[in-house]
Amino acid sequence: MALKIVKGSIDRMFDKNLQDLVRGIRNHKEDEAKYISTCIDEIKQELKQDNIAVKANAVCKLTYLQMLGYDVSWAAFNIVEVMSSSKFTYKRIGYLAASQCFHENTDVIMLTTNQIRKDLSSPNQYDTGVALTGLSCFVTPDLARDLANDIMTLMSHTKPYIRKKAVLIMYKVFLKYPESLRPAFPRLKEKLEDPDPGVQSAAVNVICELARRNPKNYLSLAPLFFKLMTSSTNNWVLIKIIKLFGALTPLEPRLGKKLIEPLTNLIHSTSAMSLLYECVNTVIAVLISLSSGMPNHSASIQLCVQKLRILIEDSDQNLKYLGLLAMSKILKTHPKSVQSHKDLILQCLDDKDESIRLRALDLLYGMVSKKNLMEIVKKLMIHVDKAEGTTYRDELLTKIIDICSQSNYQYITNFEWYISILVELTRLEGTRHGHLIASQMLDVAIRVKAIRAFAVAQMATLLDNAHLLTGNMQRNGICEVLYASAWICGEFSEHLENPMQTLEAMLRPKVATLPGHIQAVYVQNAAKLFATILKNQEGNTDSTTAQETSQLMIDRLPLFVQSANLEVQERASCILQLVKYIQKLQQKDVEIAEEVSALFAGELNPVAPKAQKKVPVPEGLDLDAWINEPPSESESEDEQPKAIFTKEEPKHSRPRHTEVDEKELARRREARKQEQANNPFYIKASPSSQKVYQDAPGVEHIPVVQIDLSVPLKVPGLPMSDQYVKLEEERRQKERAEKKKKEKKKRKEKRSGRGRKHDSGPESEEDITPVHVVDIVTEEMPENALPSDDDDKDPNDPHKALDIDLDNLVETTARRPLADSEKLPVRSHRAAGAPKSSAEDGEVENATSQEPKKKSSKEKREKKKDKDRERKKSKEEKKKKKHKHEEKEEDLLGGQGEEPVIQSEETKEVAAQPTSTSAEVSDLDFWLSNAPVPSNTQEAATVAAAAEAAPVPEVSSGIAADSEPDEPKDTEMEESKSSKHKKKKQKKEKEEKEKKKKKKHHHHHHHSDGGGEESVQNGTVEEEEPLPPMSNYCLLAENSYIKMVCDIQGNLQDGSQVVVSVIFENKCDSFLKSMEFNVLDSLNSKLQRPEGSGPHDGLTVPFQLPPGVSNEARFVFTVQSIVMPQKLKGTLTFIVKNEDSSTHEKLDFKLHFTCTSYLITTPCYSDAFAKLLESGDLKSSSVRLEGVNMPFHHLLARICFHHHFSVVERIDSCASMYSRSIQGHHVCLLVKTSGQTVSIDAKCDEPTLLGNVLDEIKQTFSQC
Amino acid sequence: MIKAILIFNNHGKPRLSKFYEHYNEDTEQQIIRETFHLVSKRDENVCNFLEGGMLIGGSDYKLIYRHYATLYFVFCVDSSESELGILDLIQVFVETLDKCFENVCELDLIFHVDKVHNILAEMVMGGMVLETNMNEIITQVDAQNKMEKSEFFPFFSLSLYRRLSFSLPGRTGRHRPVLQERPLVPYQL
Repeated sequence: MALKIVKGSIDRMFDKNLQDLVRGIRNHKEDEAKYISTCIDEIKQELKQDNIAVKANAVCKLTYLQMLGYDVSWAAFNIVEVMSSSKFTYKRIGYLAASQCFHENTDVIMLTTNQIRKDLSSPNQYDTGVALTGLSCFVTPDLARDLANDIMTLMSHTKPYIRKKAVLIMYKVFLKYPESLRPAFPRLKEKLEDPDPGVQSAAVNVICELARRNPKNYLSLAPLFFKLMTSSTNNWVLIKIIKLFGALTPLEPRLGKKLIEPLTNLIHSTSAMSLLYECVNTVIAVLISLSSGMPNHSASIQLCVQKLRILIEDSDQNLKYLGLLAMSKILKTHPKSVQSHKDLILQCLDDKDESIRLRALDLLYGMVSKKNLMEIVKKLMIHVDKAEGTTYRDELLTKIIDICSQSNYQYITNFEWYISILVELTRLEGTRHGHLIASQMLDVAIRVKAIRAFAVAQMATLLDNAHLLTGNMQRNGICEVLYASAWICGEFSEHLENPMQTLEAMLRPKVATLPGHIQAVYVQNAAKLFATILKNQEGNTDSTTAQETSQLMIDRLPLFVQSANLEVQERASCILQLVKYIQKLQQKDVEIAEEVSALFAGELNPVAPKAQKKVPVPEGLDLDAWINEPPSESESEDEQPKAIFTKEEPKHSRPRHTEVDEKELARRREARKQEQANNPFYIKASPSSQKVYQDAPGVEHIPVVQIDLSVPLKVPGLPMSDQYVKLEEERRQKERAEKKKKEKKKRKEKRSGRGRKHDSGPESEEDITPVHVVDIVTEEMPENALPSDDDDKDPNDPHKALDIDLDNLVETTARRPLADSEKLPVRSHRAAGAPKSSAEDGEVENATSQEPKKKSSKEKREKKKDKDRERKKSKEEKKKKKHKHEEKEEDLLGGQGEEPVIQSEETKEVAAQPTSTSAEVSDLDFWLSNAPVPSNTQEAATVAAAAEAAPVPEVSSGIAADSEPDEPKDTEMEESKSSKHKKKKQKKEKEEKEKKKKKKHHHHHHHSDGGGEESVQNGTVEEEEPLPPMSNYCLLAENSYIKMVCDIQGNLQDGSQVVVSVIFENKCDSFLKSMEFNVLDSLNSKLQRPEGSGPHDGLTVPFQLPPGVSNEARFVFTVQSIVMPQKLKGTLTFIVKNEDSSTHEKLDFKLHFTCTSYLITTPCYSDAFAKLLESGDLKSSSVRLEGVNMPFHHLLARICFHHHFSVVERIDSCASMYSRSIQGHHVCLLVKTSGQTVSIDAKCDEPTLLGNVLDEIKQTFSQC
Repeated sequence: MIKAILIFNNHGKPRLSKFYEHYNEDTEQQIIRETFHLVSKRDENVCNFLEGGMLIGGSDYKLIYRHYATLYFVFCVDSSESELGILDLIQVFVETLDKCFENVCELDLIFHVDKVHNILAEMVMGGMVLETNMNEIITQVDAQNKMEKSEFFPFFSLSLYRRLSFSLPGRTGRHRPVLQERPLVPYQL
């Protein structure tokens, strides 16, 4: 035995170890692969031996080979063997190999569980340490589940070395086995205060990682972290904590306020740049989250900006880079404070480091304003010249265009200048972005009507000097601009001063050297020019010019007829024949100009890029169904805007491309053409594609004539953009002077906002008016465009799983004491939890199903619903005439639509509003089954009345069913209605007559319907005399275009959410579209925006409003504290579209979140109510209302309706009422009346809330 | 989180690769190659950050690297890590290597990649920073090496731990001491 060991050891001496292997590889540079393969063979032999030392040596070598890219997974079992060696040396080799090449699908991993467990509990801390390190790399869900407990024990190990490793690995365990998070969390939290700084740091690390995924759940740790932040001296820990705070502040602005001071202190005191930088970053995050209402903001901002300036000025490139990075964050919310450092940023454009230049460019994008745009672009143009021949220049070019065209050309005050810039950019030789410039030219010329004359003049000059652009075409993408020039000159030829000259320029022989798609545009637009010239000449007695023009066309067109490009050929021969015919007519002195120009009549409007997507799918069309058998392999054809230009490919690679299955290509081309032809929206998608077919086969057939010109690439006769800068300055000065004069005359002179997109720039800019009255034509959308704005969300966020798990955590760690919403299943209609619900039509909410549905199906449903609703409406109206007594039910169903505003509101109310029927209905059901025995006769009567009211629930439950996702067909619905009607008929008959009279005015309170003569419990009110109409919708804002009314409701499902339903009513006779709803978030309340949008982005209202129509949209707000009422300022922006013009308008409003809106009607049974009052946890308060002149039941109904209470018990002129806040506060009222005095004694566990609610109740009654 | 740690030389030869997320060997090699291409074409005096792009994991990731003599040390990290902190961590790593190998040079890394792994394991674990204090790291590394030695007969330890005295000729090629060329100002303190 001993001999064997010694022999084995001696054998080992002659084995190759890692160093020998490395040396061997280095000595076999020529045949490395071969050498390694022999080594691998050796290793395989070694692994077969029993000696663990030999095996370990082999595994060690394998680890090295793995790094070189060799697959060593075949040795996985041997690795496990080495891992289980009792010697630390070998164990470490084994674990290292495992950590390098094991992964979740390595099947031998399941053999390791016991070995790892043994190592974890080894008395040797390094065995444990090595096992933990290895495990951190290859932990699987199974291992995590099996070992979670062992690791958790290690978190309290006596050795800090083990503790810190155990703490860190817990994060990996949580990821793989989320169930472990809850039991492990208390201990993890404990480790935040571990005496060992390493362990503490590890715990901070883990919690920061967790919190980054789901910050909300870790808010409660903020005080602890705050303490750590102010006490710790470990910069690593500080950085992590400060980063964590950066993630938490957006959720809790109060935290941000608290942080500012210590962070500012750190910024002042620390010498560590890393810490300083993270502090600045977090302060920025805080300032962003507080963006409103803090008076001493500017100091902090100034401090940040000043520190960042120091970083940017530093010679260290890293600091410079990070400084710019952080600056761009400030820019989003506080552009002004960054703008003052424009000089510095511009300086960075000169930096030798490209990353820094690009960062600076990014910043510039956000820094432009109307005032400085020209200046900044001028600087950039200088850089463009300097950056000759680099990819950076292309980057600059795209940035210039981005900067100018951002937000619908918002910052351009002078479009002549912009056109000149574009023309100047055409001088760039060898840029890839010719098409970008071209599409800008097209866009501006089409959308800015006032600029057309100028643009046409410029383009004509460009065409005239085309030879300069096409200098050496083969590597020049810039000739694409000729495409735009030709099209603009043709389309807007009425503005041409000398169309004849342009026509001639377009028909030059050299044109034939241009790419085919450009030639095609030339030919087509030559025809347009021809038409214009004829028109101009008409009435002119001397017809020689017209005839000369025809002759010119006839002379030149044959060149194109011979073109190898089919598109060019086809167009040219068509037009040639046409002109020949025209010439004949001319010779007979026939007036033909009118007919010829009719060929090109009509105007083009730009279409929104999303328009195509938003075309509603016609009924009966299933887009997912295959029309033909699916092909075996389908290629994705992305529609890119670029596609209007045939892509420039290097010539030599062409033939290869065309060989790709000609037939298939042709078929697809045909199919696409067909599709384009049949699709009325297609042609508008890009203005140019109307006149040009896209699929010109390419440029391969065009003989390339290289023209070498030594002329500098400057187009003569074109104004330089620089002069505009000067002109503009003068103009502005003049304007200012004039303005001063005017202001002296009249203070309240209205500013000219004309046709422009509304001024959203900084205020100081508003006094810069554009040179021209510019009408930027807005983009068109198809009618009935559907909202599809949240389709940008990423459906497979990698951390989703973790998020969900952490959500569970919070609920189960019982951080919320009152999570008993499950008890009230009815309430679930009202779940407007996710922000996406705000994008839905109000009606859909009724159907909100428990499981999330795919977006597309939701949309379809919505569409269907709209239609169904409409059909329902008309049918019901017909029906009404036939069966008058059915009216009541229809009314309840919300189908009757005399006033659209009320209609949608009503539907919602019936199905979802807790105050009225549906919520109470099932409570009623419940109550009917086990109501307490009534104590007096009146109560008995109550029961009877309630029994009589029972049909009401049926109706509304019918509604709930109707609005389920799988909506029953109309006919079914009608049937069910009429059957219900039969059941109810007898009971209702006697009430009906009077109801019919009143019905139309009583849209809002259905409680009155079920009432008899007796008193009723639980909010339903006895019918003594009809209640006046009530609505919780109150006016939000109104102007001549639009009226907004809103209702605010708490969301029981989420204690921090409030749903605001806003009904928009179009009051004018124009079309209202692109409505955007935005609210300035306060510390406490925030509008929930879809993921990925900034904290100041508005929400698009998911519909458009034709004249006279109203519709409802919902917006979800998150609120922190609900004990105080508050107001939020907001703005609605929208576009008013008439036949010939469209203007941007806005409407400011103030949203008032009363405390009442946080209350949710919650039924309460008298025994539970009594217990609650006895518990002694509630603080009491009372209020007296004088001069209330209304019946008691009206009073109660009002409290129920407006303040979301329910009646618990009522005896004579005394009633107890109950409600609950979304955060679970109980509010109990005892209302007594005597004469005109009403006294309300109230109890609540939150005195501030109670006080505010009582104030609001008081106000309600003081108003009536 | 740190997603990967790569060390390669001026020619792109990998000297250490540690991925904290599983990729197959081919992908790993490709990542190393691409990272090398990105990093090697950058000038000496430009910033040490590269936006990750499509390389590993998309826009949330950054490459943070330092270039010492013949070696590039590249960390791929997400936004939860402090950029300057990681730069310091690289420095701590290299200084630790320097202490452990006595004037570390590329050859040390070539022949002792397992040791480098062991040192790294005391600094970063499963993609999270475990320890940043150099003395603590060295203490633990030494303790483990000692334990390893004690497990063997003397002649074994000889064969396993014959010290390669690479730092003889000094300043050229792979003998260039990694640390001595550029004194660095730490951002941390």
